[in-house]
Amino acid sequence: MAGEKAAGEKKPGEKKPSKKKTGEKKPAEQKTSQKEGGEKKKRVKKHHASRNPVLARGIGRYSRSAMYARKALYKRKYTAPETKIEKKKKEKPRATITKPVGGDKNGGSRVVKIRKMPRYYPTEDVPRKLLSHGKKPFCQHKRRLRGSITPGTVLILLTGRHRGKRVVFLKQLDTGLLLVTGPLAINRVPLRRAHQKFVIATSTKVDVSGVKIPKHLTDAYFKKKRLRKPKHQEGEIFDTEKEKYEITEQRKTDQKAVDSQILARIKKVPQLRGYLRSTFCLSNGVYPHKLVF
Amino acid sequence: VFKRFVEIGRVAFISFGPHAGKLVAIVDVIDQNRALVDGPCSGVRRQAMPFKCMQLTDFVLKFPHSARQKCVRLAWQKENINEKWAATRWAKKIEAREKKAKMTDFDRYKVMKAKKMRNRIIKHEMKKLQKMSSKKGKKPEKPEKPEKTEKAQKSEKVQKAQKAQK
Repeated sequence: MAGEKAAGEKKPGEKKPSKKKTGEKKPAEQKTSQKEGGEKKKRVKKHHASRNPVLARGIGRYSRSAMYARKALYKRKYTAPETKIEKKKKEKPRATITKPVGGDKNGGSRVVKIRKMPRYYPTEDVPRKLLSHGKKPFCQHKRRLRGSITPGTVLILLTGRHRGKRVVFLKQLDTGLLLVTGPLAINRVPLRRAHQKFVIATSTKVDVSGVKIPKHLTDAYFKKKRLRKPKHQEGEIFDTEKEKYEITEQRKTDQKAVDSQILARIKKVPQLRGYLRSTFCLSNGVYPHKLVF
Repeated sequence: VFKRFVEIGRVAFISFGPHAGKLVAIVDVIDQNRALVDGPCSGVRRQAMPFKCMQLTDFVLKFPHSARQKCVRLAWQKENINEKWAATRWAKKIEAREKKAKMTDFDRYKVMKAKKMRNRIIKHEMKKLQKMSSKKGKKPEKPEKPEKTEKAQKSEKVQKAQKAQK
């Protein structure tokens, strides 16, 4: 008994790595399976060796159908347990709907299909596109940031209505654009997005290590809004587009929240405030390729 | 007409080539175009160098021709050429040029502000003197006063420039 017990205890350790051992010592295994049935609830039953003897490498003695019979697969048909998603999916969407119909002597309602057949079929089918790889949509593109641009760097804007102004860089947004602020009190540049390519990074840096930028400042926050409901009134369609841009209160509070932190740090560096107020310009004898920024 | 001559011991400044910007002493003349040259205290190995890339300085060392590096080094250190060179206007101009090239955008702004302030002060003093002269009626003006104030502002400006260069 002790010997069998010892053998039995050894086997669970051995069984897992070597599942293909031949089915010998059945009573001992039954005991261990009973034991472990007490220990673990579901235990994988011992797997049978291959019922298809090998004739040569890659070639078995029996055909597929013979193997089907030998393995008794007719008895072993499993389906995967129904997942929650499938349970939810079982509700079939409605195919038709009854709609009321006006007019008298009309029957009052009709049964209408929700998804109708297409009203147009092309004469030639569109050919299948060839597979391509590595063509990712914009949202999955890799965003890069120049090494010279780090949070707190003073940037010189080159395009846009604020061209030539020196501005403090805060962070890079998800689309790759740079979030930048004047600060507003210094050079009238609000919290704004700037494109990396149209910016010169200077080597002057403001220490913005502790500055907390609100998390809701994302690309969606800064995206331009366009009205989409002209209502097709002839004559006045073009007036309803937003001509005057109004600064929302939220923008003002966000601006204040960020700027108050940054202004404190700018004041610590002598002459930095005046520097940010000034604009960048070229004059005679000044060549950008020779300048060190 | 000529004050600086190619002679043994003449310290020369290398203007171009791999050792541009360093000082060397002429140890020996090889032929019409080349000299044996050595710069033990400036990191130039003993080698032949064409005269064309050398520019003669005012310093001459005393050592015999074809003296070995040790002798050249001793003579160099005795004369303290490195310090003397750094004190010359030539070296200072070179240094100023380098610093100007390294100026960042912020430094340029600071220099601009310093210059502006300096010019303003000078103009102010000039205007004062002009007023005085017009009041007193054509007395010969003393150019000493603006110079003194100029010197004071020059030192301010140099300080600012040094600040900028940091």
